[in-house]
Amino acid sequence: MKLTIQINEGPYQHQSSDTAYFFIKAALEKGHEIFRVFFYHDGVHNGTRLTTPPQDDRHIVNRWSELAQEHNLDMVLCVAAAQRRGLVDDGEAQRNGKDATNIAPGFRISGLGQLIEGGIQSDRLVVFGD
Amino acid sequence: MSDIKKFMYINRKAPYGTIYAWESLEVVLIGAAFEQDVSLAFMDDGVFQLTKGQDTKGIGMKNFSPTYSALGDYEINKIYVEKESLEERGLTLDDLQHLVWEDEDEDYAEKDSIRLVSRAELADVLAGQDVLFNF
Repeated sequence: MKLTIQINEGPYQHQSSDTAYFFIKAALEKGHEIFRVFFYHDGVHNGTRLTTPPQDDRHIVNRWSELAQEHNLDMVLCVAAAQRRGLVDDGEAQRNGKDATNIAPGFRISGLGQLIEGGIQSDRLVVFGD
Repeated sequence: MSDIKKFMYINRKAPYGTIYAWESLEVVLIGAAFEQDVSLAFMDDGVFQLTKGQDTKGIGMKNFSPTYSALGDYEINKIYVEKESLEERGLTLDDLQHLVWEDEDEDYAEKDSIRLVSRAELADVLAGQDVLFNF
């Protein structure tokens, strides 16, 4: 089955991104296809490479980056949500005159159309969040 | 699978305490360009999103409630409001904005967009959708 995953909550504050991560891993192991992982609302905070959790805790952002590399996942941060919350890649830094970037490997910033397209193209859209 | 899917946006939260309502509306507006069969549902505290006379001056936030009245122009005219959620909050349809759309096939007659449905009826509506967005 082809799946698009939407994650609406930030890491650590909320279990959503952990649950989504394990769901995606399990789906891939079962042979399902992940069309896209779309991060919305505070979910965009899953994509900052500046995250530094305590050493005895899981590193949620690195975990996403590794999963993306391993399975060639398309992980998208919503541009409108990212701009509000200070998630920046090279293109956004240039467009909005920012002096830094913080996007983690494996993530890209794009529009809400990517979420809608995921809904259209996939057999299921699975939403994680409140 | 046909090209057009039934998209349902479920709105369950009050408008300003969290950003879910506003960012849900942003998805709805962007999604309108994709020419899918779109419905919206308002339930739980989400029914407060449609109340009329919202004034956000005191909280320094943007009042986005006028945007709902533009949905008809985006051909979004199936707006389900759960009856029990209204009643539990002491609200009636009169407390909500009067949302309308213009029916091209009937000489642009103005028609109501809001459909008041019971919890059980809404469950049936949700069961008939292809894609559920939950905000």
